[in-house]
Amino acid sequence: MSLSSIVAHITALPVATPLGTAAVLAALNKFLPRRMADTLAILATLVTLFTETLLLYSVRSQPFVYWYGGWAPRSGAALGICFVIDPLSCALAMLISVLVLVAFVFSLRYFDSIGTMFHVLVLGFLAAMSGFAFTGDLFNLFVFFELMSASAFALCGYKNEETTAQQGALNFAITNTIGAFLVLCGIAMLYSRTGALNMAQIGRALGQQSDATVITAFVFLLVGFYVKAAIFPFHFWLADAHAVAPTPVCILLSGIMVQLGVYAVARVYWAIMAGPFAAHRGALMSLLLVIGTITSLLGAIMCFGQRHLKRLLAFSTISHTGLLVIGFALLDPHALSGVALYVAGHGLVKASLFIGAGILLHRYGSVDELELRGRAQRHHFSGIVFLLGALGLAGVPPNLTFLGEHAIDHAATLVHQDWIPVIFAFSGAITSAAVLRVYGRVYLGWGDRESLRTGKQIPEERETAGPHHRIPAVMILPAFLMVIAALGLTLTPKLRRAAETGAFTMADTAAYQSRVLDGAHLPNTFAPPGQTALTPTLISTSCAIVFGLLLAAWSLSPLWPKQDVIVRPFKLVMGGLRSLHSGHVGDYVAFLTLGAAAIGIVLGLLIRRFGM
Amino acid sequence: MSLFPYLVAAWLFCIGLYGVVTSRNFIHLVMCLAVVQSSTYVLLLTIGYRIGGMPPVFAGVPVGTPAVDPVVQALMLTDIVVEATVVALLLSLAVQVHKGTGTLNPDHLRELQG
Amino acid sequence: MNPRFRRYFFLISVVAFFGVFAWGLHDLPPFGHYRGPYGDILNHVAVYERHATDVVTAVNFDYRGFDTLGEESILFMSVIGTSLLLRPQKKETDNNDGKADNSLQRDLDESERRRAPAASDAARVLTLALVGPLIVFGWYIVTHGQLTPGGGFQGGVILATPPLLVYLAGDLKTFKRITRQEWVEAIEGAGIFGFVLVGLLGLFVGGAFLQNLLPLGQTGSVISAGTVALLNIATGLAVSGGFVQLIYVFLEQTLEVKLRVQGGK
Repeated sequence: MSLSSIVAHITALPVATPLGTAAVLAALNKFLPRRMADTLAILATLVTLFTETLLLYSVRSQPFVYWYGGWAPRSGAALGICFVIDPLSCALAMLISVLVLVAFVFSLRYFDSIGTMFHVLVLGFLAAMSGFAFTGDLFNLFVFFELMSASAFALCGYKNEETTAQQGALNFAITNTIGAFLVLCGIAMLYSRTGALNMAQIGRALGQQSDATVITAFVFLLVGFYVKAAIFPFHFWLADAHAVAPTPVCILLSGIMVQLGVYAVARVYWAIMAGPFAAHRGALMSLLLVIGTITSLLGAIMCFGQRHLKRLLAFSTISHTGLLVIGFALLDPHALSGVALYVAGHGLVKASLFIGAGILLHRYGSVDELELRGRAQRHHFSGIVFLLGALGLAGVPPNLTFLGEHAIDHAATLVHQDWIPVIFAFSGAITSAAVLRVYGRVYLGWGDRESLRTGKQIPEERETAGPHHRIPAVMILPAFLMVIAALGLTLTPKLRRAAETGAFTMADTAAYQSRVLDGAHLPNTFAPPGQTALTPTLISTSCAIVFGLLLAAWSLSPLWPKQDVIVRPFKLVMGGLRSLHSGHVGDYVAFLTLGAAAIGIVLGLLIRRFGM
Repeated sequence: MSLFPYLVAAWLFCIGLYGVVTSRNFIHLVMCLAVVQSSTYVLLLTIGYRIGGMPPVFAGVPVGTPAVDPVVQALMLTDIVVEATVVALLLSLAVQVHKGTGTLNPDHLRELQG
Repeated sequence: MNPRFRRYFFLISVVAFFGVFAWGLHDLPPFGHYRGPYGDILNHVAVYERHATDVVTAVNFDYRGFDTLGEESILFMSVIGTSLLLRPQKKETDNNDGKADNSLQRDLDESERRRAPAASDAARVLTLALVGPLIVFGWYIVTHGQLTPGGGFQGGVILATPPLLVYLAGDLKTFKRITRQEWVEAIEGAGIFGFVLVGLLGLFVGGAFLQNLLPLGQTGSVISAGTVALLNIATGLAVSGGFVQLIYVFLEQTLEVKLRVQGGK
């Protein structure tokens, strides 16, 4: 028996372990002491992580398919549900487990865990995200999507003392639920057309045909998943939710859940839609490039205008998710490998930045940049997280984000979209400038208290138990480990190559289909070897960090204009953008409807009228 | 005529969204969301329907009798559970919002702007 | 956006959205002509392979049993989430320690105004008489899922209604006495854990998670369809426990939670 045939038996564990542990913790809610619950939850996460590591090791040369209940397909028709274990889904699941582990470790000092409920919900979240990464069945994808939502909604409203937390969670829940219904409608339409729920089978049944049903179904799936990914114009809920969620939950929402929306669209595209859209790649590419660019620019600008630290980081997440969409929009395996690396790099960096915010909240009882001015001058040590985090957001080498951007830039030059590095530089500059500005104001005491009056001030209570005069190791250590990992992993030999293999395997639609439906044992697809120029990406990232530093310094200096005539237009724009983010769920749903309609119409017109 | 049942689903989706957008009460809004959800029931069941098909329960009926699609019914069952639970979650959020702010009207909640 | 502008903005968007939706729908196979193959294959093989006459249950608990694990977990997470969100806040208390006697506080405390008048004797007798039959009926629905429409979800909901009837006929105190929270949580957790356990046993015995490990029995008998029956019972436990807990936390929140700080809101 080979290793992989033994390992295949544990495929169910990344879902079964967290769910089983959650059930035990819930059943013993009243009896388990707090530390026992912590231990069990962390153990379950470690088992999950270990399983996924084994899975990744076993698929390094060849992916495999696991059929639940033993229902292997018959003559190309799937009867049951399968998990498709390939390198990219394993790596993604490992990233999920690592972030969940960090969230649990951080929450060891959480003051009020209400029995075991927090643990139960986070474990459910873990099971949902792992299943979401692995599944090869479209409806199963929806089920895990909803499981992810149900636990995330509750976790987001965790602080039930704060009315803003309840409102943020409501906005989050309503918009995401509508997104889920759109996904379900898309699934129903594809099912009606093909009579299948297995992604490979749907893809094979559709072949190359791209009629109105297929296009609309894809638009619905795209919109539904991009609501979760917080892509313009569906992004409004994200800042509301992230600003109010407890820090460990922010780590998970911003670090990985949002990116799973991008992953789902990529998975659906390569498994199902690559055939139907083979002749219309141009249409899809232009549409997604536009959406991604707007998201990225908007997120960056809004990010800079915030004084609430978590909200600032939330908008930075929107900006970077926009960059991920740009990467996916190139519909190229090289770019996909870049997206995968970028997700890992951004997830680690963003999680440690949120921990940095959590540390400030723990120590000083506030996440308001102006209130915190100069208060952390004696704690430079924890400030390093912000400095390194800013470098990560700008994509400075040797960050993982740099490797990711490099792969995307390379793919962009192949299709003559040479402007893409500029967008990366812009978003990197503005978001890192915002983080650097926070560092300068909070840790160095630069700038004044008046300059940023426009941002929203949301009161926030401490989440952690005392003593507050020192920063516990369970907070600072994971943050450091993650920023260092984001730097150090880049030096791992062959990481880039492994990511390319993962991406090419995921993007090999024909191999995917015969693996799932015909039980074929096909090895991974390998990328053609070749060297690529580093220059555009180096220029882009150094511009990002230089402009980021300059902008941060300018915004903290007395030269930063206050009521000048010069900044009038800028203020008008900012005011307009701010009023769009009204916190009113009706507005959000109206924009969602408009966005869904617009994407459908534009894609339909591009394909039908302009033959793209 | 064969398009009509599908259009019912689309109509329910849109009218539910209208309720969500214009609602002045979160409880009402949650119910409108349930209307949106019911459009997915209609869509799923419509898709699996077969004229003259019997229910997919073969108690006392020979296998092979034309029956409607059992899969969409199973999916719909999942869908119903999802709805019931999401509604419970949303209502509990609405209860807490009301307790904290004294209002259920989204127009009166502006703490998250900007 | 002001409400008026939002309405017009939305109306324009939704007309376009409806157009896109309808455009996608017009290419679907005509109504009443389901083409398969998934459903047709299952309609043909499920009775032979699973000895279950209700194909929907066979799909839910066997062929696509993994979906149902996810679905049950959605219910589970929502119940835990609702209990979490509706937990008494720090400024509130949920024990009746007589503080509500303060008249100032009673004015502010909405829960006092929500007290319903006592049920009439006729209503009491009728609802209490339903409790026994409902338990039997719920159990019947849970255990006959593989034969006729029904199963763990439907039966579980029915099993959750008797405590609610007790509340309607009696009062909250009685309701809370018969639904001890420790027990409700234990039942719910046991349901989820049972599902996972059956799945893992299938892994050890049969070779795949959720693989059938019991004899299939005779088609049409109560003990048939292998693990489908076990999974139905696990689901029934989880659903009934979950719904009782939902009712519990909502009732407690609206009727019993009091402001702790006098006059402060």
